[in-house]
Amino acid sequence: MEPWEKLNALHLDALKEIGNIGAGNAATALASMLGSRIQMTVPRAGVLPLQEITALVGYEEDPVACVEFTVSGPAPSKIFFLLSEPSAYLLIDLLLGKPQGTTRELDEMGSSVLTELGNILTGSFLNAFAEFCRLEFKPTVPAFAFDMLGAVLSSAFLEGGYFSDCALVIETKFYSEAITISGHFFLIPENEALGKILQSLGLQLD
Amino acid sequence: MEAVIKPEEVKVGIAEWQVARGPWRLVTLGLGSCVGIALYDPTSQIGGLAHIMLPDSSQFQDRGNRAKFADLALPDMLAEMLRRGARRSMLAAKIAGGAQMFTSGDRHLSLLNIGQRNTAMVRQTLQELGVPIIGADTGGNYGRTMIFDLLNGDVHIRTIGRPVKII
Repeated sequence: MEPWEKLNALHLDALKEIGNIGAGNAATALASMLGSRIQMTVPRAGVLPLQEITALVGYEEDPVACVEFTVSGPAPSKIFFLLSEPSAYLLIDLLLGKPQGTTRELDEMGSSVLTELGNILTGSFLNAFAEFCRLEFKPTVPAFAFDMLGAVLSSAFLEGGYFSDCALVIETKFYSEAITISGHFFLIPENEALGKILQSLGLQLD
Repeated sequence: MEAVIKPEEVKVGIAEWQVARGPWRLVTLGLGSCVGIALYDPTSQIGGLAHIMLPDSSQFQDRGNRAKFADLALPDMLAEMLRRGARRSMLAAKIAGGAQMFTSGDRHLSLLNIGQRNTAMVRQTLQELGVPIIGADTGGNYGRTMIFDLLNGDVHIRTIGRPVKII
């Protein structure tokens, strides 16, 4: 039996709250980098098959940029930060101080900019999460891919050593009305992490 | 105007396989480190398409979904094709996928090499089943979609930023 089969509504609410606190901090970091207001959706938390995780973001062949982190420590997890192709190009322009519409394809510089952006946002996410849960998280060096959503997302799991075809995901969507960006943040606690995280919030899994 | 009957497409999801017959098409979208395997018998126009995630089921306790593993999905799909009337001696395979999608300064990702291991196990399993591989487009660092035309056995490989390739 997977540990997530014992999750109840209260547990899921607690996980959503973590998503809220982490993504809130990341959204603030992004907003200050861009000088623009960044909004976020109320986080969703649930156990989903890979195919449905893909559907949260879009269609399998949509081009996306993804920065992936493996987080070690007492609660090992994965973090994926995904951006649609137009959002990725726009963010590269904004962060490099170029006129909007300059970037039309991804080069090495663009990949580094997005990886670094993922690094900063994941750092903000984890800091808030760590402070709230009083747990320590150590993200690995980020990995980067830019390709079809289906290929990127399934490989983010497989190449990162996560082999189940279902995952507990905590998902938040970033968006902005001033500039057209849309990004997704996924936190995926691995099996042994789930109990630890809930415990740190005063909840038990039984 | 003449009515054009567009043959329907059957979608094969991740960790699934499907069997159909011409004029249908079998399609699987966005293969990354996963591998897609198209088996075809031209005499009956029966074809099967599998989208496997992992090479070897013996390393896992949870084998609830057999279609997820190369070593289980291929014999299962082959058996279903034979049950529907495909002739074993006529079968040939085309495979695609098995990429390494992510690049990282960190070594652990590339050491895991899941795409290559998937491709190797698919080749080994097909050899054990006695099915020759007559077309392959594997490896690299990009995603692939397979569109398998059961009228003629052509497999179209669609990618981002590369011309469509037929194997």
